[in-house]
Amino acid sequence: MGAQLRIYRRRMRSVKATKKITKAMELISASRIVKAQQRVTASTPYANELTRAVSAVASFSSTNHPLTTPSENPIRAAVLIISADRGMAGAYSNNAIKEGEQLVALLKERGLEASAYLVGRKAVNYYRFRNRAIAGSWSGFSDNPTYEDAKEVADSLIKAFLADAQSDSNGVDEIHIIFTEFHSMLTQNALAKRMLPLEVVESSEPVAAGLLPMYEFEPNAGTVLNALLPRYIEARVFNAMLQSAASEHAARRRAMKSATDNADDLIKSLTRLANAARQAEITQEISEIVGGADALASASAGSE
Amino acid sequence: MSLRVELVSPTERVWSGEASFISARTVEGDLGVLPGHAPIFGVLVDGVVSIKGVDGSATDFNVSGGFLSVSNDRVSILTETVAK
Repeated sequence: MGAQLRIYRRRMRSVKATKKITKAMELISASRIVKAQQRVTASTPYANELTRAVSAVASFSSTNHPLTTPSENPIRAAVLIISADRGMAGAYSNNAIKEGEQLVALLKERGLEASAYLVGRKAVNYYRFRNRAIAGSWSGFSDNPTYEDAKEVADSLIKAFLADAQSDSNGVDEIHIIFTEFHSMLTQNALAKRMLPLEVVESSEPVAAGLLPMYEFEPNAGTVLNALLPRYIEARVFNAMLQSAASEHAARRRAMKSATDNADDLIKSLTRLANAARQAEITQEISEIVGGADALASASAGSE
Repeated sequence: MSLRVELVSPTERVWSGEASFISARTVEGDLGVLPGHAPIFGVLVDGVVSIKGVDGSATDFNVSGGFLSVSNDRVSILTETVAK
């Protein structure tokens, strides 16, 4: 076998092996999207009820709660970025990180310092490589987050929020979250949202059918808010993580599908090249044999 | 008249349906809800929430804290973890 042909065959083998891997990853992601979507759906009743409750309490009580009143002189904001642990998902993590950069720039314009809270190894690596300060980081669960994970993240965010930002360098006045919203299998958008202090409460469903009821609070509105808001933040973080997980799988599936398609194209063109090389080899061999036979024939003709 | 009840946790909707009576333990003490109850929003402590369905069946749930809201005969109970 000629050298050229051998090289083509070797490349084809390696591309085929890669294609097998990307194909497998595509199928795995495809099967996991469905599950991740179901988890998003399963978590929405709780999130919606909580949103309803928070808007009812926040709008019908005159209590001045630290979690609902914006600081007069904010100096620091927490930015929670939810990214992936693993790559092979196209621009998924990059989009979230970029959105985060934009938000940090925006905060800087307002004169706010940003302290970074990162979920997922990709965001952590990005910040570490650039030697930036990280206020908190969690990884290892980006594709399958549990409520406990969300709770851990939310707890440290709430703790930072309750600490006084003026005196404590860990304290923050605002909490922003960046996650990837799962629209459909094909569209996912990186989004930045402010979680605290509360602004207009948004949810996927219209919050109230009609007016919100005039609740009687037990024991009182302040206590209820105290108990309610941490749960609300947890639920928001959990929902964001679940949506991001679904988006991650969708992004990975798409990236792996195009990788598989590209491998197919590559194999096709390599096959063509290998065939041409083999044909050239055969042609050369034939012409060598014919040439050799001719030479022998003319040599023996000359001797007689 | 009956109550429209939803018992939800972060990961799933645990129970939903029509009920005639609900009792739960709030930070202030035990609270019973019958149809026609005034709008109330209570903080629950660890304890048992029992739901009496319209068909007479009674179901008890062990909840770890949470919230109970009642308005217009619509009851929602939010809790982090539930065990039957």
